[in-house]
Amino acid sequence: MSDGLYEELKAYEGLPAAEGGVGRDLVNEPMIRHWCEAMGDTNPAYTGPEAIAPPTMLQAWTMGGLGGHQSRSAAQDELFGLLDKAGFSSVVATDCEQEYLRPLRVGDEITFDAVIESVSEQKTTKLGTGHFVTTRMDVRANGEPAGTHRFRILKYAPAARPSKKPAAKDGKPARRPRPVINRDNAGFWKGVEEHKVLIQRCTECSVLRFPWLPGCNSCGGAEWDTVEASGEGTVFSYVVMHHPPFPAFDPPYAVGLIELAEGVRMISNVVGVPHDEVRIGMAVRLEFLRTDEELEVPVFRPVGASSADSAGSSAAEGSAA
Amino acid sequence: MSAADVRTWAPGDELPALEVPITRTLIVAGAIASRDYQDVHHDAELAKGKGSPDIFMNILTTNGLVGRYITDHFGPGAVLRKVAIRLGAPNYPGDTMVLTGKVISVSAEDGTAQVAVVGANGIGRHVTGTVTVSVGGDIGRDIGGEAGRVMGGDIGGEAS
Repeated sequence: MSDGLYEELKAYEGLPAAEGGVGRDLVNEPMIRHWCEAMGDTNPAYTGPEAIAPPTMLQAWTMGGLGGHQSRSAAQDELFGLLDKAGFSSVVATDCEQEYLRPLRVGDEITFDAVIESVSEQKTTKLGTGHFVTTRMDVRANGEPAGTHRFRILKYAPAARPSKKPAAKDGKPARRPRPVINRDNAGFWKGVEEHKVLIQRCTECSVLRFPWLPGCNSCGGAEWDTVEASGEGTVFSYVVMHHPPFPAFDPPYAVGLIELAEGVRMISNVVGVPHDEVRIGMAVRLEFLRTDEELEVPVFRPVGASSADSAGSSAAEGSAA
Repeated sequence: MSAADVRTWAPGDELPALEVPITRTLIVAGAIASRDYQDVHHDAELAKGKGSPDIFMNILTTNGLVGRYITDHFGPGAVLRKVAIRLGAPNYPGDTMVLTGKVISVSAEDGTAQVAVVGANGIGRHVTGTVTVSVGGDIGRDIGGEAGRVMGGDIGGEAS
């Protein structure tokens, strides 16, 4: 929050994150097999008398599991404690860089040490606001260097505040309302399934129309075909919803009237920017947001609003949009 | 010519895509196999309480899938040297991730290739990364018929 906190966090750079860590299990066939089964990996190099462990398992051998991390350093605990206290209690992994120096074989004993490489300034991502923490681990097998593992996590305060959301009557988390699909608009939703926004075009006068209607507003023609939207557009106008809160929506959020490059306008969410940074005339691009297992909806993201440092999730966006 | 010889690869070559259905089972099995018991990877209710619409795949599973994508393709003699990934849009149950790869550089001296990998799902890019893999040298003797068939199918007779 304050610069004071960042100074405090920064002081942990260079301090150990884990010291004298010992893998809970020797490298072993059952764990290799369970990994390969989960990944669907049938590489013969991972079975038989000469088996090596999949190199990407490197971190798995160092995990504390349900027993917790016994090797975690006091510095790491303190750093995480500070972040927790400041409200950044959630954690998500964003980056993993591994270098493999020697294959791991059944029977190898894994030992490791790790250092806190860097702590970022406060960053706001789609998930919420927090700090990135990067650690670098050196992994040894029977005392020999076996690999390095650089890992970046985001410690953050979730942007969504589910506790404030009105719960659905049956106590289950609310899902967005289902679209009403009828024979006049079925083609539109079919398009969405295929990640396309389809615009109706009158085959008599060629005028485009959106939303979907049974007839042409311009000439009254009943026949039509479709044009696929390029996905480019601009914010023609917008509102920010504060109240009332609807189940499955987490105010405040921006609802935009998007003018598509083709000329028609559609209502959708503007995602990837805070609600108070949406502006008329902002260039946006179409994307599709999966709100739950059954529903995907077209939404718009400002051009240049990258999801690169957004910590791997549109989770917050899903509930804010 | 060994089919998995790195010299048969050139920058710009594309690997065939691999579709991975993101099932709840895969997410949970991957988390447990990697000894990652964070609740957001197996308990949907707790995940929702933290602002996520559902459980989502952990980074270790993504890492494993990226590694598998590369070694499936280059054959059992291929050796992973480096895997560097960044996560974007989460892998939620019911989605499908499509892994694609493109060779970005080849070093004939040390028999390695660098491959850029992207895993796209229904909401965006789940993972972007770079993998360095050794596919040349004396490991060629290990290359079985299967690898030869896979590789041969992809590169045809083309050699660089």
